[in-house]
This record gives sequence, structure tokens and C-alpha cells, in this order.
Amino acid sequence: MSLLSVDSLGVRDQSGRSLVSDVSFAVEPGDRIGLIGESGSGKSLTALAVMGLLPPGLTASGGIELDGVDMIRAPERRRTGVRGRVASVVFQEPLTALDPLMTAGRQIAGPLRRFQGMKGAALDEAVRAALDEVRLTDTDRIARAYPHQLSGGQRQRVAIAMALACRPKLLIADEPTTALDVTVQAEILDLLDRLVDVHGTALLFITHDLPVVARVARQAHVLRAGRVVESGPITELIAHPTDPYTRTLVDSARRFDAALRGAHDD
Amino acid sequence: MTEPILQADQVGFAYRGGVPVLSEVSLAVHAGQNVALVGESGAGKTTLLRILLGLARPTSGVVRFDGMPLTRGRLRSYRRTAQAVFQDPYSSLDPRHTVGRIVAEPLRGLGLGADPVKVASALDAVGLPEDAASRYPHEFSGGQRQRIAIARAIVGEPRLLLADEPVSALDLTTRVRIVDLLADLRTSHGLTILLVSHDLGVVAELCEQTAVLERGRLVEQGPTTQILGAPTHPYTRKLLASVPRLPS
Repeated sequence: MSLLSVDSLGVRDQSGRSLVSDVSFAVEPGDRIGLIGESGSGKSLTALAVMGLLPPGLTASGGIELDGVDMIRAPERRRTGVRGRVASVVFQEPLTALDPLMTAGRQIAGPLRRFQGMKGAALDEAVRAALDEVRLTDTDRIARAYPHQLSGGQRQRVAIAMALACRPKLLIADEPTTALDVTVQAEILDLLDRLVDVHGTALLFITHDLPVVARVARQAHVLRAGRVVESGPITELIAHPTDPYTRTLVDSARRFDAALRGAHDD
Repeated sequence: MTEPILQADQVGFAYRGGVPVLSEVSLAVHAGQNVALVGESGAGKTTLLRILLGLARPTSGVVRFDGMPLTRGRLRSYRRTAQAVFQDPYSSLDPRHTVGRIVAEPLRGLGLGADPVKVASALDAVGLPEDAASRYPHEFSGGQRQRIAIARAIVGEPRLLLADEPVSALDLTTRVRIVDLLADLRTSHGLTILLVSHDLGVVAELCEQTAVLERGRLVEQGPTTQILGAPTHPYTRKLLASVPRLPS
């Protein structure tokens, strides 16, 4: 049985308009899968559906099984049990993902206390270890800081620490570096790369940015207007795209890549 | 060399009692030579752009336009020379106004009269249909909105466009189309662009000159091929090494 299997997933809005249709893919333990698409492709809706977190008014059809739990039809209580423990998400904007009224330390402590029953000195130690793991130095200060007192990169590290605190089997990263500076992006990608490797976490990485996804994923699915148009090993997709839309994406990325390379060669 | 259109000479900026945001920044934009201003959050790019637009006054140094200091009295004629495009095409267009009215804004502001022929030709130049003028911003996608913002910037036929991260909020394929549009406008409209960007691929594609700003100081500037091809400053090297690349 796969860790995650998505089978002919469909998502519709209240008026019956189809936003995602017939999306199928599987994630095995330790896989690194990219979901590639631009605005309106349905990539983020697919991720939300996997977590059973579609916004009100949207309904999912088809099948989603995450660690044996039916994330479309299972009672809310069972689905809550999956979130944070089996699978967790890192979003694009850490400022909205973190609670502005809670220190970074308390936010990381939350899942550890709830799911692993930690408390007292052991909890403090686990929070420090989690901050340490995402390469945040000065862990005592960071643990006491509120999100607005941290930089964008530090906030995203805190969000990653929170997501990985309970050692989930699957990490969903939804454009986790899009809002960051390019040097910070490089550091966060290195960090994600190392952490999923160390813990054998499966990664579902969602982005519109081909060079970024090529850096962290091995397999990828290209989405356009709610449908998968092409799937395969990421290097293969980039070297030999067969779908016209994938080709447009690759050509766009190559344009800027070539411009940079040209500047290099002069 | 001819007189630069726009020049920052030893420009410094600090808030009262604060540490300097900009120190001794000198930069020149010559006609036909696009200039990129590169740097990360907090480097002072936006502050410098505000000063170059005449929206903030430097605490030291001087900004010159066509060789003369940019004083309050010259702001109106400066606006006919230089217009701006910003990053977020969702917040930079007034949702209650028709596209035609939005694009005509600079014409009215500069007392040139809201000539519908000029509006139509600006919309045409950015590749929007003529009937766009009577529609509202919410009817358009992000890329189309950025085209509207560009139409508004070029309607008064400026010589200089100051563009603050004009494509970073856009999808990759849309980004290519807007970069193409900006490249076309320099030939068709004789427009020179000062591009503020952190995207080195876009910079390499559009700009002949590049200046790298780190913590309020220009650490390196010169021809883009030289800056990106053989960077000498460690910060420029780090920026370049951080750009994710396609596997070749």
C-alpha cells in the first residue's frame, strides 16, 4: 500500500465548476515528488484535498488515501489524527502560517505536546533540538521570539521545524521558497533536502518554478487547468518534454537560464 | 559619453536618528542602456527607487535629471520623462476605475488631456484589446494587469521607466511575455529601463548595466556581462551561486 494514493481526484466549487479533474498519483515512503503548475493549475487545491483541508464550498470526489485513512470521507476526527502526525504542510508565506501572538518556541511545542505527550524539561529540550535541526543558531532567543521579530528565512525555518517536529511520513511543501530572497531560498532548499533525507520523509513539493523543483524532486507531475498533462522523472521532463504545455514551461525557464549562462560565457 | 538621463550622485538616506539606509550611492542611467539594480530584502533598493522617483528626498548627495538637480520645481517635467511600474498589479490599479481611466491618469496629471487616441495606442502597444479601456481591473489576469500598469506608464511617452520587480509576482510563462514586451518597448518607444530586481535571469535578459546593492551600499557595478560573468565582490558571487539552475 502506498503512503499516499490519489485516485481520479476531482474538486468542484459550489456552482459545479470543475477546478481539478482526474488527478491520480501515488507517493511511496521516501519519495520526492514535484507537483508543477502555474496559477489556476489546481496544484495547491490538490495539496489541500490531500490534507482534507479544502476551503468551505469546495467538494472533492474520487479517492485519497493517506496512510490508510480516506481523507475525503473519513470522519473529521480520524483525519485530524493524520495531520501533523502522518503528514504536515509548509506553506509559501510563513507569516500567515505562524500564529502572530505565540512565540516560536510555543508553536513548535504545540504538536510535540499534543501528539507525543511531552512536557517540562523534555519538551524544552525537544523544542531546542527542533530549532537546532533547522540550523537556527541562538535557539533560546528564537524560541522566545514572536514571528514578527524574525526574518522571512528564520520564520520559514520555524515553520519547517514545526512541520517536522513529530517526524511525519510525508511533508507537503507548497511554494515554500517563493516569498524568500534567492540566497535564503538556496539555504532553505538545502535544509529541506537534508532533512527529508535524514528522516526518510516523503516530500511532495509544489511549485511553478522548474529549476527549484529540479533541485529537490525526482519525479514530477505537470498540472494545467486542473489536469495532469505529463508525468515522469524530473530530469526527463526537462530534457524531453512531450506535452506542449510542459515544453512552454521548460522553454520559459531555459530563456532566463540561457541569458544567465550567456552572461557567464562572455 | 552623453549626459545621463538620471543620475544619483553620492546619495545617502537615513531616517531621523536611525542607521543609514543608503550610503554614498552613485549611479547613472544613460539613454538606451538599461540598468539593473540588484539586491535582496533590506538592501535599500526600494528606498533608492523612491528617491530616484522624487518621492523621497536624499539626506545627502543629489539626484540629477538631464544634468540638473531634481528639485521640487522640476518634478512635473521629470514625470513626463520618467514613469514607474510596481511589483503587484493587484494593488497598483484602482479597482473602481475603468482601465481607460487608469491608463489616462498620467495624461490628466500632467495636464496633457485624457486623449482617448493616446490611451488606445498605449493599450495596443502592450498587446491589450481596444475594448479593454471600458473594462475593470478585476476582469484581467495578473499578467494582463501588469500590461495595464505598463500602458499607464508609457501613455505620456516617457524616456525612462523605473520598474520595481515588475515580473516577480508573475508565473514563469507570463514573466517571459512581459520581459519580451519590455524589450519591445525599448525599440518601439525609445524607452530606457531602470529595473529593480532580484531575479538575475531577468536582469541578464533585459539590462546592459548592473549595479549590486548590499546593505545600502553599491558593492559592484558595470556591464551586466562582466558583473554576472566575472563577479568580483563576494556578495555578488553568493547571489549568483544561489540562483537555482536547470539541469543541463
